Amino acid sequence: MKNKSKYLAYPYVIWMAIFIVIPLVLVLYYSFTSGNIHDPGSLKFSVESYGKFFDSLYLNIIIKSFWLAFLSTVLCLLFGYPVAFIISRAKMKHRGLLLLFFLVPIWMNFLLRTYAWMAILSPNGFLNRVLEMIGLPTLAIMPGQKAVVLGMVYNFLPFMVLPIYTVLAKIDKNVLEAAMDLGANGLITFVRVILPQTIPGIVSGVTMVFMPAVSTFVISRLLGGGKELLIGNLIEQQFTVHRDWHFGSALSIILMVMILISMAVMSKVDAGNEQGGAALW
Amino acid sequence: MLRRNIIELRNLTKSYNDTVVVDAINLLIRENEFITLLGPSGCGKTTTLRMIGGFEDPNDGDIFFEGTRINNVPPYKRNINTVFQKYALFTHMNVYENIAFGLRIKKVPNDEMKKRVQRMLKLVDLEGFEKRHVDSLSGGQQQRVAIARALVNEPKVLLLDEPLGALDLKLRKEMQIELMDMQKNVGITFIYVTHDQEEALTMSDTVVVMNNGVIQQVGSPVDIYNEPENRFVADFIGESNILEGIMHEDFLVSFSGRKFRCVDKGFSKDEPVDVVIRPEDIDVTSPEDADLQGVVSSVVFKGVHYEMLVESGDFEYMIQSTDMQPVGAGIGLKFGPEDIHVMKRGSDNEK
Repeated sequence: MKNKSKYLAYPYVIWMAIFIVIPLVLVLYYSFTSGNIHDPGSLKFSVESYGKFFDSLYLNIIIKSFWLAFLSTVLCLLFGYPVAFIISRAKMKHRGLLLLFFLVPIWMNFLLRTYAWMAILSPNGFLNRVLEMIGLPTLAIMPGQKAVVLGMVYNFLPFMVLPIYTVLAKIDKNVLEAAMDLGANGLITFVRVILPQTIPGIVSGVTMVFMPAVSTFVISRLLGGGKELLIGNLIEQQFTVHRDWHFGSALSIILMVMILISMAVMSKVDAGNEQGGAALW
Repeated sequence: MLRRNIIELRNLTKSYNDTVVVDAINLLIRENEFITLLGPSGCGKTTTLRMIGGFEDPNDGDIFFEGTRINNVPPYKRNINTVFQKYALFTHMNVYENIAFGLRIKKVPNDEMKKRVQRMLKLVDLEGFEKRHVDSLSGGQQQRVAIARALVNEPKVLLLDEPLGALDLKLRKEMQIELMDMQKNVGITFIYVTHDQEEALTMSDTVVVMNNGVIQQVGSPVDIYNEPENRFVADFIGESNILEGIMHEDFLVSFSGRKFRCVDKGFSKDEPVDVVIRPEDIDVTSPEDADLQGVVSSVVFKGVHYEMLVESGDFEYMIQSTDMQPVGAGIGLKFGPEDIHVMKRGSDNEK
């Protein structure tokens, strides 16, 4: 039985090999070579692409990308945790509806949602029209970093709320009563019992928000107005505009390594918690 | 033995959406008493306990703790601790931190805290388990941690909500004995909730039988078993034969078409009553020298005894006896005046 059942895994292994391992190997290969992509014979081993990265222009872009992603993640956590908490404390029959409010936007196209924000935030957009109408000064949010962060928080908030909600909803009501019974008021119960038990949810939420936020290029292009170049935009440009696949690949590898390092740090936070089943890794 | 009252429930009432769960109950609980709230599920026993603990607000009535009304005192300010049905341990802490939780909140100095936690670990027989994660413990061990976590705070009253419900029979019996010992050792009031009548009779000083949110009877286990006040108590506690009868005068009752001497008095003349005879109080004899005659209709082996159903007149008696009679045998049933328990017929008999 045991030997036979492993054949069932083959389709998935083949799938993963074709669509994950081979592309990764290709990206790695391109990043360590130089020459003409379309003439395989001309490709030579080279670390030139990695060397390029240490230009202050590119370093600043990656620092900015991580900073904006970090800011968005913190904001998502600050908004998302209370929201998840409120939903988990709501009456059972209201919970589904409240969750739905957070899920419905995900079902709509990501681009469409971001375009909608453009329509709202642009200099002649909905927000400024309304401000003009009531006689208030207009705001120059878009294009700019504020609009990019807002777009990230808006788009990724559900990914923070859901894992935290899942963990919160699993906490036994009796455990909270036990804390109260042992002398803990609401605040102490939250700090000493609820918060520690939701760390796995926070770790997953942070991971699920930070990863797409650091590598996004759509939000920064649409809401940043082309001025706010992030690492995602930089990589995209290497493949579409500059046709420098070697540099694009090197940037992708660098981003991947940096995300892996950040996630490793996050998982350390979770390491103390032995039932961190909700963490991604 | 006269003991001070520690908790008094006065007219305590709780309802959810027009369903009355606890219906105006009055109860006095004395210091150092092991008192059990016993009843079927939905009888209001757990709700009563939760109101004493402060987890439910009564709709009406008062709770007094050492003479002070505590209706509006939140659970974390009551000198009462609870052992929850599913233990409700803090899974992100080890055994030591679970037990120390209440002491840390009270900012007990480290040395004293260590000493008190160690004393509790010894009491619940879990020395050496300090660093263990609570998830790695067996059900019985988790339950003991829950008890230690509550007792370490030195409450005046410990509430226990079906604490042994999740344990297997053998462990449950062991824990019953351990709990009784602990209660004697620490000398505080235990208020214990269970639906298991045997558990209640084994452990308690006082048993409070509840049904439909109403207290049916309060008494010692012996009183509750031997002198049930109504049909519900007789039926719920142990096995019973409950017959309808007429109380002719003091010490004389008739049922099954015969008059019997009994030890009960104080009823009005020819008052309709319920009569209880416990299955183990009926002796099997030859038909000739017996009070009643009957035919065995079924026999079940129960280990210690046989349980037989005997048709006599229009009633089927349950008899527990080590003396097995085959199905179809004509036998005699014999019982003394002290085996006949006469009860008033209450209005809520059929509930």
